[in-house]
Amino acid sequence: MNLNENKISTDAEINASLRVSLLALFGGAAVWLVVGLALSIAASLTFHLPNMFADCSCLTYGHAAPAANDALLYGFCIPAGLGVILWIFARLGQTPLALSIVPVVAANLWHLGVFIGLVGILFGQTSGHTWLEFSRASSVLLFAAFILIAVTAAATFGARRNRELQPTHWFLFAALLWFPWIYSTANLLLAPNQPVRGVAQPIIGWWFANNLVFVWLALVGIGTAFYLLPKIAARPLATTGYALFAFLTLIFFGAWCGIPAGAPVPAWLPTFSRIAGALLIVPLIALVIVVGKTVCGAKVSCNGGPFCFTKFGMVCFILSGLMYVAEVCPRHTRFLEFTWFAPAQVQLQLLGFFAMVVFGAIYELLPGVMNQPLPFPKFAKAHFFVSIFGVALFVIPLAIAGVEQGIKLHNPDIALADANQSALMFLRISTTGQLFLLFGALLFAVNIFVMTIQWKIALLKAAFAAITAPLPVSEVKA
Amino acid sequence: MKTGIGIFFATVFALGASWCGLVLAPTLQLGGAKLETVLNSTDTYPVQRTGDATLGLQIYRANGCAACHTEQVRQDGVACEVSLTGLGNNPPDGFKKFLQSIETLPEWQDHSKELSAAFATWDGTLPKVVIAWTDKDSADKMADLLKAAGCKSESRIYAFGPDIARDWGVRHSVAADFLYDNPVQLGSLRAGPDLANVGVRMGDANIQLQHLYAPQAGAKNSTMPAFRYLFEVKKIGDAPSPDAVKLPKEFAPAADYEVVPKPEARQLVAYLLSLRANVPLYEAPFTPVISAKP
Repeated sequence: MNLNENKISTDAEINASLRVSLLALFGGAAVWLVVGLALSIAASLTFHLPNMFADCSCLTYGHAAPAANDALLYGFCIPAGLGVILWIFARLGQTPLALSIVPVVAANLWHLGVFIGLVGILFGQTSGHTWLEFSRASSVLLFAAFILIAVTAAATFGARRNRELQPTHWFLFAALLWFPWIYSTANLLLAPNQPVRGVAQPIIGWWFANNLVFVWLALVGIGTAFYLLPKIAARPLATTGYALFAFLTLIFFGAWCGIPAGAPVPAWLPTFSRIAGALLIVPLIALVIVVGKTVCGAKVSCNGGPFCFTKFGMVCFILSGLMYVAEVCPRHTRFLEFTWFAPAQVQLQLLGFFAMVVFGAIYELLPGVMNQPLPFPKFAKAHFFVSIFGVALFVIPLAIAGVEQGIKLHNPDIALADANQSALMFLRISTTGQLFLLFGALLFAVNIFVMTIQWKIALLKAAFAAITAPLPVSEVKA
Repeated sequence: MKTGIGIFFATVFALGASWCGLVLAPTLQLGGAKLETVLNSTDTYPVQRTGDATLGLQIYRANGCAACHTEQVRQDGVACEVSLTGLGNNPPDGFKKFLQSIETLPEWQDHSKELSAAFATWDGTLPKVVIAWTDKDSADKMADLLKAAGCKSESRIYAFGPDIARDWGVRHSVAADFLYDNPVQLGSLRAGPDLANVGVRMGDANIQLQHLYAPQAGAKNSTMPAFRYLFEVKKIGDAPSPDAVKLPKEFAPAADYEVVPKPEARQLVAYLLSLRANVPLYEAPFTPVISAKP
């Protein structure tokens, strides 16, 4: 374990090589986070005033809700996760980022792709498959950008000076392989002139959604946490063996989940998914052991810092995993299917788990990478507490609404409108949670953008000084 | 571990296995799906949609209707029911006695309470359900017994479950229902009712249009947003448009104005009316009830 890099010159090199790429990835991600949360508030306004957007097609629930989800997942989670992967690979390998211009290009391609996709959804250009709503043009851009970043990460990994592989490497490496495979499969098979007909379409869609939203996010989030927790706690990750076990069981069982129990498909498919879902308990328990052993007794004052973000994120992952298991449990699935419970689980996975771990990583890495402290450290602290409130207020009422709606839907004597009416109060409470989350996202974005602007001003000043200085350019540089 | 080769193979194997299982296998199994034959009939199912309805599916997709509506009905199981339709030469009292003699037989022990309760206050009106909530074997046996006794009976298979009780469908949705859908939009949230059978349940185009223009006209506490952008509010010209939506007073526009659906609204309604998953299939059997209505 060599997590405390002590070669100061290399540190500076590594940070300098990462700077522009990470700013490009995180800057865009921060924008999409704010946009995504704003859209999701617009979507949930339907539950306050159903006819608010009756004359404006762009913001009706059917447009805004998928756009919000895609903005959060494709706009924020994936590029932010990719930035963190690049940073971790460079740090753990003690090597500067290879091909350091490539991720900058890729980040811009990615964010352009997300922009095209989101505008498309808002104007009705959606594929109709959940989590794959983006139009063809934007999917191609996203795929190309991902491949570019994955190549950069692989090159950085290949050039590593510290040859030893860490548990973090397994998770992140698997994630880099995972996404191109599932994204290309889903996009090629579900193209507008689809070669695949009938219910094979939703089956592939469910496979993709599960592998992206549950497995991919889990791989990146857990990989990041397995780097951050030992680094901040200054102690090795407890038992590599458990970590390996968690990794293997997660990818083997996780990849088979996702087909809903009563779907109109051949019965063996949901059965496999259900068994795999029940077995997900195994990696969850292993994770609890690893995280618990690593974190408990660590003498780190938390107080809203990156350590808190990461710990909270991991707790949310365990909860979201348990909710995922509960959904496939035969006793509950009939009640929980088609209710708000599943959206609650997805939002917990996106905003409670993944976003929190990534926030922790970004707050941890930014001061080093930018070679300057955070402009508003208090905002970062506030962001943590606001996010906790936000996640709790957003997800818990949604889950309760789901359970209540499920029980009422199961009783045919209760009219559907009445069942939905009783969920309304919870949905309205969850809007407050979204407002909290949006406020937190703004605090995050302010930190990133002020930092970027400060850095650009410093660059300009340096350039100006270089121009105006009477000395030869080469000497100024030296 | 110094190289990632083990991790690489583990990952490829894990994802590859699930790819084979959940992508390749279903495609092979379902990719060649053909039209099915409706039970006890020579008709094929599903029926190709009309042009408007096919376009309407794309309106459904573009507006994200599947974000709140599912198109998949669930059932808890199927059961059989035998009802008596004719007594032949038997008087009602004689039939009661005949049933009492059956109740004591060991194979009807499970149904004895049900039988005696059903016929305790029977005054001879027909048709009368003899046994319900039973399996095919018992139903066939009962039908045979009734036949032997000289009575006429009808057996019926029916699906049951909360969705069916809500009148969202007559049987569960099966793969064949979606053969002509592209994209297939099953939906995953029931913020609104299931639409698998909405063309049967709400077969009137004007009611559908009215529901899209002003959802609260049908059900006061509906949470559905209005889709007014699919309609035009026009000044009535020389004569009112024949397409104009008939609306209840509180939702109607000003006196000399009318609400005319845009082509999108008409196509969407054509699609909704084409959602009729109401024929029995091999994997989803039931006995259709022949409606008395014309």
